[in-house]
Amino acid sequence: MDRIKGYLQNNKLAQAILICVYVLTTSLSLYLLQESVIAFLLVLFSLYLLYLTNFKNSIKWISAIFILTILVPYVSSQGTAFQSYMDVSTLVGIYVAMALGLNIVVGLAGLLDLGFIAFFAIGAYTYAIFSTNQVTHFIHTNFFPLTGNSFWLFILIGGIVAVIAGILLGIPVLRVKGDYLAIVTLGFGEIIRIVFNNLDRPINFTNGAQGISGIPSPTIFGYVISDSSQFYYVVLAILGIVILAVTRLENSKLGRSWKAVRENEIAAQSMGVHLVRTKLLAFAIGASFSGMMGVVFSAKQMFIDPTSFTMLQSITILVMVILGGMGSVPGVILGAALVTILNLQVLTEVTNYLNQLTLDGVISIPTALSPAKMQRFIFGMVLILVAIFRPQGLLPAQNKKVKKEDLVESSIEEHKQTISI
Amino acid sequence: MNDVIQSLPQVLIDGFILGAVYAIVALGYTMVYGILELINFAHGEIFMSGAFIGTAFLFVFSGLGLFHSLPALLILIIVLVLTSVLTGFIGMGIERVAYRPLRKAPKLITLITAIGISFLLQDIVRFITELKRGNYILTGPSLFNSQHSIKTHSILSSFGNAQIKSASIIILVVAVIMMITLDFFINKTKWGMAMRAVAQDRETASLMSVNVNKVISLTFFLGSALGGATGVLFAVQYNTIDPYIGFILGLKAFTAAVLGGIGNIRGAMVGGFLIGILEMFASANLSTITSGVLGSEYKDVFAFAILIIVLIFKPEGIFGKSVAEKV
Repeated sequence: MDRIKGYLQNNKLAQAILICVYVLTTSLSLYLLQESVIAFLLVLFSLYLLYLTNFKNSIKWISAIFILTILVPYVSSQGTAFQSYMDVSTLVGIYVAMALGLNIVVGLAGLLDLGFIAFFAIGAYTYAIFSTNQVTHFIHTNFFPLTGNSFWLFILIGGIVAVIAGILLGIPVLRVKGDYLAIVTLGFGEIIRIVFNNLDRPINFTNGAQGISGIPSPTIFGYVISDSSQFYYVVLAILGIVILAVTRLENSKLGRSWKAVRENEIAAQSMGVHLVRTKLLAFAIGASFSGMMGVVFSAKQMFIDPTSFTMLQSITILVMVILGGMGSVPGVILGAALVTILNLQVLTEVTNYLNQLTLDGVISIPTALSPAKMQRFIFGMVLILVAIFRPQGLLPAQNKKVKKEDLVESSIEEHKQTISI
Repeated sequence: MNDVIQSLPQVLIDGFILGAVYAIVALGYTMVYGILELINFAHGEIFMSGAFIGTAFLFVFSGLGLFHSLPALLILIIVLVLTSVLTGFIGMGIERVAYRPLRKAPKLITLITAIGISFLLQDIVRFITELKRGNYILTGPSLFNSQHSIKTHSILSSFGNAQIKSASIIILVVAVIMMITLDFFINKTKWGMAMRAVAQDRETASLMSVNVNKVISLTFFLGSALGGATGVLFAVQYNTIDPYIGFILGLKAFTAAVLGGIGNIRGAMVGGFLIGILEMFASANLSTITSGVLGSEYKDVFAFAILIIVLIFKPEGIFGKSVAEKV
C-alpha cells in the first residue's frame, strides 16, 4: 500500500490516468444509473482527488471548472432526479460560500461567531421585502416592488446591509474580551429571528411568522432563472468569486494580521496591528458573504420565513468550518459539502430506509430516534470529537511557505551583516 | 400610567421569582468563569436536564402513590436532593470528558466543545423524553395548588393586590437558602478558600498544595447541582418544560452574571434579580408604554439589549473590578 502511495506521489502521469479513469467510470455510472445518489456523490468526490494531485494550480482549477460546469450537469441530466441533484448542489454552493465567510471570522481572526445566520437572514429579507408586495406596506410609490432584474444589484445591497449590521454589532462587542463575542452573537442571532418574527406590526415589514412568499426569480436579459439547474450556474459563478476573494485575502496583509490577532492579541498589537479595526473588518467581510448568499437563498427558495434562520443553522455552519479545518479554504469547502450532503441527502435517505424497514416489520425504530431528527446530536458529537482529537480539522490549514532563494538577496546579506556586527 | 403602577406589586413578585431562577443559574456561569475563564455554554442545558430529571422523579413518585402519603414539601426536598446530585455528577463528567483534555488548548476550541456538549444534551433529553412519553414537551404533575393574595392595596392606594402561588413562595425560600449556603461555603470553608485560590492563580494555588483538578471538579459539581435544582424549581413553578428552555434562559442568566460582574458570586445574585424584575416589567408593560408598538414578545430582546449596554459602558459589571490582562 505504501509503495503504491509513494509511486503515485511521484508520478504525475499515473495521477492523471487514475483521475481520468475515476472520473470516467463514475460519470458513466451516473449517466446509466440516474437514480443512484451514491454515483452522484462519487462524481463530486473526484474534486477531492483532484485536490490531492500535484498538478499546477491552474490545471487543477481548469479541470475543476470543467467537472463542475459541464460534466456534472450533463451526466446527471438524463433522468428525473436531475433537478433534485442540482438543488442539492446549489445548496451546497450556498453553504460553501457562507462557510468560507464564517471561516474568515472564526478560522482566520479567531472570533467565535454563533449568530452567523443572522446576516444571512438580513440579506434574505432585504431582497424579499423590496421585491415583493411587502414593500408597499411602508413605501407608496410605483417604483416598488422591484422585479427580478434587481436581483444582481441586490446581491451587493444584501452584502452591504449585512456589513452595516455586522459593524453595528461589532463595535461595542469587539472592544471587550473575545469570549463575550460568542454569547453576544448567539443572542443576536436569536434576536434577529424574534424581530423578524414580530415585525408585522405596527407596520408590516416582514409579514411575521407567515413569512414572505412569491419572491421573484432573477432575470437576466429577459431570461428568467427559475430552475435549480439554472441557479446552479449563478451560485457557481458567485462561489468562484468568493473563493478567489478568500484565497487572495488569506495571504494579504489583512489576512496575516487576522492570523496574528488569532494567535496572540497582545503580540499582534505590539507589532502595530490595530486590534479593533482588524477584528471589525473580519467580522464585516464574513457578514457580507453571508448577506449575499441570503439574497441568493431567498431568490432560489422564493419563500422565506423566520424558521429558516434558527440557531441550529448557525451551528451547522460552524460545524462545517470546524470539521473541515479552521482557516483552511479547501478544508472548509470539504466540510461544508460534507455537512450539507449529510443534512440533505444522507440523513433523509437513511430515515426513509429505516422507515421502510419498520414498515416491513424487520426492525422497529421509534420515531424519536429517526436520524433526520438527530441533527443536534450528530453536530454536537462532531464538534466535541473534532475539538478533542483533531482540532486542526480534516484538511489542516497550511501557511504559505516562502523559499529562501525567493527572498531578496540583499535583505539576507544585510541581515548577515547585522548579525556579524 | 395608572395601569403600570397598579400592576407593579404583581410584577415585582413575579420578577423576584424569575430573578431567583436567573440568579442561581448565573451562579453556575460565574463560578466556572471565575475559575477557568470559560463560558460554560452547557450550563443552560444542565438546568434543563435538571428540570427533566426532576419531573421524571415526580412522575415516578406519583406513580408510586407517594403524593397522598407524604407531604408535598418533603417530596420536593427529596426530588431536589436527588436531582442536584445527579446533575452535579453530569456537570463533573462534562468537565472531565470535554474540558479537562483541552485546558491548555486555545480558548476557542473549548468554547466549541461547550457548544457541542450543549447540543448533545438537548438532543439526548429530547429523544429520551420522546421515547418514554411520545412528545418532548412535558407537563409535570403539580405539587402545590393553593394561591395567596397579598394586600398590597393597603400600602398605597394606587397599587392593586398581588397574587402569589404557594409554589412560588417555596421556590423563593429554597432559592434564597441555596444562595446563602453557597455564599457561606465559598467564603467560610476550607474548600471554598481553595476555590477562591484556584480562581485567583491556578499555578500558585497548586504550589500551596491545593489539588487543582479536584477543586475544578468540585466547582462544576456545585454549579451544576445548583443549576439542576433550579431546573426542578422551574418545572414546579411553570409546569410545562421542553428541551430547548435552557438556551434562552442560559443566555439571560449569563447576562445576569455579566451585569453583576462575571466571577463575582454576590454580583451574580443581584444581577439575576435585576434581570428578572426588568424582564417581568418589560413583558407586562412594554405594549402599554409604547402604546402597542412593541409587544411582550420583545422581552427577550430587552435582556439582550441590557447585555450590550453593560458591555459598552461597564464591561466589568456592577460589582466587578476591572482587571488588567496578565501577559
